[in-house]
Amino acid sequence: MTATGKYLRIALGIAVIAALIIVPMNFNRYGLYILSQWAVMTIAAMGLNLTLGYAGQVSLAQGAFVGIGAYAAAIMTTQGGMPLIAALGVAIVLCFAIGWILGYPALRVQHHYLAFVTLAFSTLAFLVFRNEDWLTKGIYGISNIPRPNVMGFATNRPLPFYYFCLGSLALVSLAMWWLIRSPWGRAFVALRENPVRALSLGIDTRRYTLMAFAIGSALGGVAGTLYAPLTQYIDPVPFNLSLSLDLLMMVIVGGSGFFFGPFLGAMIAVLLPEWLRFTQGYYLMLYAVAVMLLLIYSPTGILGILDRYLAERRTKAASALRAVAKSRLETAP
Amino acid sequence: MRSGIFAGLLLATVSAAAAFAQGAPIKLANVAELSGGGATVGNNWKNGIDLAIEEINTKGGVLGRKLEVTHADSQSNPGVARAQVQKALDNEPYVLLGPGYSGSVKVTSPLAAEAGIAQIMGGEAAELTQGGNKFLFRTSFGQQSSMPKVAKYINDELKAKSVAIVWVNNDFGKGGRDVITKEFAKHNIKVAADISTEAGQADFAADVSKIKAASPDAVFIYLNEEESARMLKELKRQSISVPLMGETTLVGQKVVELAGDAANGARGHVGLTTDAPVDLVKAFREKFLKKYNYVPDHNGLKGYLAIYMIKATTEKMGKVDAKAFADNLHGLTIKAASEPGILMDVTFDEKGDIDRQGFLVEIVDGKQVVKQVLPKLN
Amino acid sequence: MSNLLDLLVAGLATGAIYALVAVGFTLLWQTSQTINFAQGEFVMLPAFLMLAVMHAGAPFWLAIILGILLSLLLLGLGFKLLLVDPMLRHGVLPLAIATMALAIGMKEAVKQFFSAEASPFPSIVPAGDVSILGTVVSLQSLGVLALAIAVVIGLTMLLNRTSIGHQMQATAQNPTVARIIGVPVERMILMTFLINAFLVALASLLITPIYLAKFSSGEVLGQAAFIAAIVGGFNQVRGAIAGGLLIGVVDNLAAAYVSTQYRAAVPLILLIVIILFRPQGLLGRPEERTV
Repeated sequence: MTATGKYLRIALGIAVIAALIIVPMNFNRYGLYILSQWAVMTIAAMGLNLTLGYAGQVSLAQGAFVGIGAYAAAIMTTQGGMPLIAALGVAIVLCFAIGWILGYPALRVQHHYLAFVTLAFSTLAFLVFRNEDWLTKGIYGISNIPRPNVMGFATNRPLPFYYFCLGSLALVSLAMWWLIRSPWGRAFVALRENPVRALSLGIDTRRYTLMAFAIGSALGGVAGTLYAPLTQYIDPVPFNLSLSLDLLMMVIVGGSGFFFGPFLGAMIAVLLPEWLRFTQGYYLMLYAVAVMLLLIYSPTGILGILDRYLAERRTKAASALRAVAKSRLETAP
Repeated sequence: MRSGIFAGLLLATVSAAAAFAQGAPIKLANVAELSGGGATVGNNWKNGIDLAIEEINTKGGVLGRKLEVTHADSQSNPGVARAQVQKALDNEPYVLLGPGYSGSVKVTSPLAAEAGIAQIMGGEAAELTQGGNKFLFRTSFGQQSSMPKVAKYINDELKAKSVAIVWVNNDFGKGGRDVITKEFAKHNIKVAADISTEAGQADFAADVSKIKAASPDAVFIYLNEEESARMLKELKRQSISVPLMGETTLVGQKVVELAGDAANGARGHVGLTTDAPVDLVKAFREKFLKKYNYVPDHNGLKGYLAIYMIKATTEKMGKVDAKAFADNLHGLTIKAASEPGILMDVTFDEKGDIDRQGFLVEIVDGKQVVKQVLPKLN
Repeated sequence: MSNLLDLLVAGLATGAIYALVAVGFTLLWQTSQTINFAQGEFVMLPAFLMLAVMHAGAPFWLAIILGILLSLLLLGLGFKLLLVDPMLRHGVLPLAIATMALAIGMKEAVKQFFSAEASPFPSIVPAGDVSILGTVVSLQSLGVLALAIAVVIGLTMLLNRTSIGHQMQATAQNPTVARIIGVPVERMILMTFLINAFLVALASLLITPIYLAKFSSGEVLGQAAFIAAIVGGFNQVRGAIAGGLLIGVVDNLAAAYVSTQYRAAVPLILLIVIILFRPQGLLGRPEERTV
């Protein structure tokens, strides 16, 4: 990567962040709600991206972990009167632990069985949310979930709450950035690329895979603790298997294994249907067709297209250089 | 290209001006379950709305102004419903219509109340109108007013001392089950079996065998139409002969169509049904059938009535005033004689609950027969 | 005791439905590593195709024939050429996600162009009940069960007794070697897609009178069949049949003896237990290819 390229990328990053802060200032409440939803779903998808994109494991329970986080937040803040940050702690610990317990036996046998176990878990979690009225208020759901005060600022209004979601997304992104560049992150990638080699290099493959899955699940919990105060009402239905499948779709469509994949994937899944709503009854159909066409065109997702383009340009540049060098050699006396 | 846009703009301005001359259209916003688990509910509701608006507009609109509605899909998900209601309210509609699922009503009603816009919805859960929301209105009986009638009938007419309850485990079914359980306690009726079923369930063998084992005096069935039909078939197959009692969703024409002669003998309390022995309702049914090619369930009626509630209230006020709408609908009685679109006389109380006549019906030889008319209370 | 027998029979009847749908799952997986999340919708659609033909005025028998032909064309050939072929090289997951999108698209299309209402569907098996060993069984359930058995026998014969079957098995086990020894691998894969399309059309014909023709009826079916396929063994036809029947029976027994609220949980717990102790599924063979 050349120096100009690097500066260009930094400039682009700053521009996007500035736009995310400034542009929504005069959005209406609906626009802010949708953007907040995007931020929350991005966090959940980032968790799944760690599990899937970096460690190569398919989890079909990310939606259930979002549900666990959301219920932790809803129950603790409405019934316990506790601050959201306490719920966040509980959600992270709970999701991490459940992820570990789920993954442990599944990964013992053969690694893609994690997908099947998580599929079962996802529906089990939904049944618990629905049936254990004493804790979750069952199908009636929990209403009047308060929005938090952050350092003395109330986030009841849509704009402050959007900034709260955006700030959380920024923190999670930084943590993820660090994690991927840490020895752990490199071990995750080594696992995905070549498990046998990773094993021979002395990486405890199962522990690292489990770790990636548990951390990814915990991020689902984080997203859930934001989802509850966002909608201010939760019931079990949104956390069924289809949310897990949606999140999986976000990761693949954005580009699994790319850092910014979940950002784009969540954008497609949350914003594209909204943009298509002008087509009335056809919008979900068009959305489905768009996703299929995108995947047919680029099975590695949106960032896969970019990656391919960059790789092509690099090869072209290299061959151009070679051509120049060759002609120089030939014209040399 | 640019001139095209210009011409378009000009045309838009001209037509807007023309519309303004007759009074700009009255904007309504509907947010309903157009896809996902509640799609049948939401699409019936939407079709009912569209039919009523078409009728009113061809007759010159309300106070000389046309009605105009936007439909938004909540995907049967409360989170999406909230976003769509937010969007609808940002456009300042005259009245908000929907949603139909009680959970989605719960998440959206504070928003409409905050905006001071009346919300006419399809939810039937008892608690919806008990939170003191001054802007929320029902289009049908809440479970708190229909279930006592069912319990009374089971006690007085069927003389049942123990009843098995079968309910669908969603907010509709659970709500009904909770209210009727309380009502049974008041009448000292024992709940012999309490059986939850899943939406979309196809096999009721285990559920019915549980009923059989409990040998109750009657069975109360609170499922959606399709599952009701499968349940009735299974009850017949396992030859259970005690009286079967339900609500609108047990004795509708759709159930008869799907369950065949297994539906015979099923009884139910019905608030809104296209089978009601009322001429205006029969006429509605024909109009709906002609336009959409199928017979609507009660949600189609609810959507239709919602629009005529708006018409009657607005005409009573004599002006289109969103802020005053809710106040004027509270305590209002709309007579079918003066507003045929309301189909049956109806009164709205201070909570937004509804008072209207109801029916106790039984399926005899594949036909709904009204056994008893439960008069309007006041 | 008669109660238990009743539950078993009813469970087998429902299980046979799951089994029929699950067979297709395993066929596609074996020959082309396709996980079809739209399998439930594949069963939903043919009934609507047949209804559409009937609405155009055709008699039921013609609607059945045309419905099956259209299914072969759309759900077999079209699905393979338009969606699976372009994506097959890129691994299991993008294709699985694309089938999820396909499921959404199919549901929405039926809802939009047909109706959100459930429509009744004529049954080719006469409605009515017969009494077997003192248990009343509906003829429709017996029909489904009989067809499921016929499908297993038919498929097993096809796979084990015919040359095409042997070539298909070779394709499933090792496409590279199969190609070397002269098996037309591509044609064999297409064949499994056509067989799947034929099976879902048959399933649709038998199931829809019970489930009703509704845009959303594939959701429950697809998920149940997917679980059945895993329980039985993802790579064996008879595994899928056994898995389907088992899920049907366990579901009924769970509802009767455990809890109706948690009836859906019991097959899933069974799934987890099976994965722990017999990861290849009840009748499956251990998989050599790792994903």
